[in-house]
Amino acid sequence: MTEFHLSTPLGKSDLDQLSTGDIVYLTGTVLTARDEAHARILEFTERGEELPFDLEGAAIYHCGPLMKQKDDKWEVVAAGPTTSARMSKMTPLLLEKYNVTALIGKGGMNNVAGPLKGKCVYLAFTGGCAALAAENIREVETVHWPDLGMPEAVWVLKVENFGPLIVGIDAKGNDLFGKIEEKARNVFSGLR
Amino acid sequence: MAGDVSYDIVVNSVVEILKEAQTGLPQDVTDALRKAEAQESSPIAKEQLEAILRNIDIASRKQIPLCQDTGILIFFVEIGREVRLDFDLEAAIIEGARIATECIPLRPNAVDPLTRHNTGTNTGDGIPDIKYEFVEGNQIKITAAPKGAGSENMSALKMFNPTEADRIREFVLETVLKAGGKPCPPIIVGIGIGGSFDKAARLSKLALLEDTDKMGGFERSILKDINALGIGPMGLGGDSTALAVHIKKACCHTASLPVAVNIQCWANRHASVTLGGGK
Repeated sequence: MTEFHLSTPLGKSDLDQLSTGDIVYLTGTVLTARDEAHARILEFTERGEELPFDLEGAAIYHCGPLMKQKDDKWEVVAAGPTTSARMSKMTPLLLEKYNVTALIGKGGMNNVAGPLKGKCVYLAFTGGCAALAAENIREVETVHWPDLGMPEAVWVLKVENFGPLIVGIDAKGNDLFGKIEEKARNVFSGLR
Repeated sequence: MAGDVSYDIVVNSVVEILKEAQTGLPQDVTDALRKAEAQESSPIAKEQLEAILRNIDIASRKQIPLCQDTGILIFFVEIGREVRLDFDLEAAIIEGARIATECIPLRPNAVDPLTRHNTGTNTGDGIPDIKYEFVEGNQIKITAAPKGAGSENMSALKMFNPTEADRIREFVLETVLKAGGKPCPPIIVGIGIGGSFDKAARLSKLALLEDTDKMGGFERSILKDINALGIGPMGLGGDSTALAVHIKKACCHTASLPVAVNIQCWANRHASVTLGGGK
């Protein structure tokens, strides 16, 4: 359980040194994307169309923030993580096409430890802690695809010491959630 | 009677209880989280619980929502039998929900189930979800219980055979196991037993409003089994997978045994107001 303070985009050496259970505080830029944004990214990819934002080295935050507009600037009110498992099916394709280096969310993901290997880590932010998350979001840089609605749009956020994030799946094929789930399944078999 | 309750009073009260529910937790829930944090043996789990307690402090200090998923808006309304109303109570609650969405603010979460078009106001066809019940007396009690999707999505309902009551425990455990870290544990588990298909579900939701620490023997024994699973806060492992289990029952058909399990994240948000009853 080592603590790291890292900046985006995460580099190869960052990815190599992180292990499941480590704590990360992230500074830099994160892009929110959840169900609808993932679906649209993959539609763009299929049509060979260029995205309006850059995913090279990106940190994707599974988050549908609560925002408010003051004058013509957006401000974060609350912005905790959403359930990452809903994006499990779309994530391998996303990682195949784009060099995303960090996924931030909650609750873990299904069958992504393989696709993440060598290129990306999954960082878990404490679910429901939207007020805490908002404290470490410094600025809303811009919003893409606002037609998807506030929770589903892609928000580009500047963060500082964003965390604590627990490395849930590292870039070496280890999945902490998977391990806990397997243990729980065994206990369940004994109890039933 | 309810001569001292007006349309405007209901609108304002709904805005107030939504703000209270969204920016803080009932004391019994916070106490249970503190207790879980103090007793937790896993360092990662302790870190998660500390973050949750910190988050509760920040939200209440800044008067902002605890969670960005401010939920779909659910109201339980208890109407005293002696109450006579000369205004549209439902319209007042809906207007309160709409105003609260704008001024707290709340995330607009209500969408058409198929086109996924967001109404932008948390109001629309069948939403907010308002359930009415008649009770004794001359007052109206309105409870706001916003429900986030993370935990709601992990809920389950099963129509058992009447002779299968001994499988209820296994069904609850299996539902919690399948949910894993997704519903933001430590969770509160509401169980509705009996009634009908929909009544069991409603009972399981009402069970979530019970005092966290007030549990009977069967409830405590299921809680013990759930925590033995070791899923822990956020599914990262630990002693605290659930804070409480609450069961509500109703008579059912002799040929059926409906059981509903409603999962609630740690942010068991709800607040009430009682109106009327003045001289």
